[in-house]
Amino acid sequence: MNLPEDLKYTEEHEWIKIDSENVAVLGITDFAQSELGELVYVEVETVGETLEKGAVFGTVEAVKTTSDLFMPVSGEVLEFNPELNENEGDNPTAINDDPYGKGWIVKIKVSDVAELDDLMSADAYKSIVS
Amino acid sequence: MKSTPLTEKHLALGAKMAEFAGYNMPISYAGIKDEHHAVRNNVGVFDVSHMGEFIVKGKEAEALLQKVTSNDVSKLEIGDAQYSCLPNKEGGIVDDLLVYRLDEDQCSEGEKAFMLVVNASNIEKDWNWIQENNDFDNKMFNISDRTGLIAVQGPNATKVLQKLTEVNLAEMKYYTFTKGKVAGLDNILISATGYTGSGGFELYVQSDQLAALWDAVFDAGKEEGIAPVGLGARDTLRLEMGYCLYGNDINDTTSPIEAGLSWITKLKKGPFNSSEFFTEQKANGVNRKLVAFTMEDRRVPRHDYIIENASEEAIGVVTSGTQSPSLEIPIGMGYVPPSHSKIGSEFYVVAGKKKLKATVVKAPFYKVAKA
Repeated sequence: MNLPEDLKYTEEHEWIKIDSENVAVLGITDFAQSELGELVYVEVETVGETLEKGAVFGTVEAVKTTSDLFMPVSGEVLEFNPELNENEGDNPTAINDDPYGKGWIVKIKVSDVAELDDLMSADAYKSIVS
Repeated sequence: MKSTPLTEKHLALGAKMAEFAGYNMPISYAGIKDEHHAVRNNVGVFDVSHMGEFIVKGKEAEALLQKVTSNDVSKLEIGDAQYSCLPNKEGGIVDDLLVYRLDEDQCSEGEKAFMLVVNASNIEKDWNWIQENNDFDNKMFNISDRTGLIAVQGPNATKVLQKLTEVNLAEMKYYTFTKGKVAGLDNILISATGYTGSGGFELYVQSDQLAALWDAVFDAGKEEGIAPVGLGARDTLRLEMGYCLYGNDINDTTSPIEAGLSWITKLKKGPFNSSEFFTEQKANGVNRKLVAFTMEDRRVPRHDYIIENASEEAIGVVTSGTQSPSLEIPIGMGYVPPSHSKIGSEFYVVAGKKKLKATVVKAPFYKVAKA
């Protein structure tokens, strides 16, 4: 299973990485995309909203199941990946193909960078999915 | 968790496995969409050995089945299969099933023999229910554990299977069956049935011969690119056809009249379990109907999502939903009041915070091209 060392992970099977100062990029893990199967739609309608840690910021639809997306830390949703956006790339399977790369879901402005310390390392996450 | 005789094969193929009705079953191999398209456009093979099989044999076998099933068993000739359901005594459905009228080579004078094929999750419930109703002179046998079953489905199913048997498959009519030799294995029940809408056959075989049959079918279909298909695509295929799934669209509390199964509820055949209740529902109308619907939005309806009217009052519930791989749109089925059940009627499906507009359409969602 692909679990990059430089990311932080959540129990909701999401990853997050600080991009620059207080801006972070996040998505779902390789394990999550494999469990969901082929994604058919990604919905994020919270761009511009400031959300608490744990709040739902979007939803992914696979053929078989629907899964909500949760904020790993508090912050403002800055950008929805245009590759996934139905009005632009409309290519949700980018998440299946490359969950940590071109399948990133949103960029957020993190309210308190210290909140990232509460998230899991690759090793800790590995122990909950294997 | 139980396994089927093919569990090792599925694991070797790298299938994603999950528990279904107590069995370790393949959910998908290459991906639900690819497997779905394989069945619609080519040929795919399902392991459905988890299904239950009962034999009912005796002088009053037909009388028992007329009492416990909703369809008219007297219409069956030897070699016919029939879709039916087992009504309970409160107007609900114990299970849906296939009834096969078997050859009488094992019967004494005046006896008839039938095979019932029931859902894996209901084997024990159905067995007990039919036993309770068996106040007739009959013998019943549960052959589920020694019976394997694969479904070979799709427009190229006949071509592939014909390489393995001398039975003329192209001549077999839908919902008929015959016994014959397939891949050198004797006594295989070849049934022109399926749960996909794309044609093909279901092959019933002794459990210990199933692995050999599976291998032979894959060898025969190599040229055509035959694909293994899991329960994930089984669900998308049946839902595109508007076929009911027990536990989702029908259950102990839904009547066949509500579920659009009047065509298998033969009220004129004589009394059967709940027949008076169904006659009354037919005459006076039902309070809810199972409908097929599509969505304007990209979000997918799911089992148990609430259905609301335009005034945001809850009026029903979604029973099945998926993204249709053939049509590339979300599709669903659910119960709504008759006022909202006509083709073109609109209502709203509640998905989390969103209310998604849905429109009633005529099933099937997907029309299979006739060969």
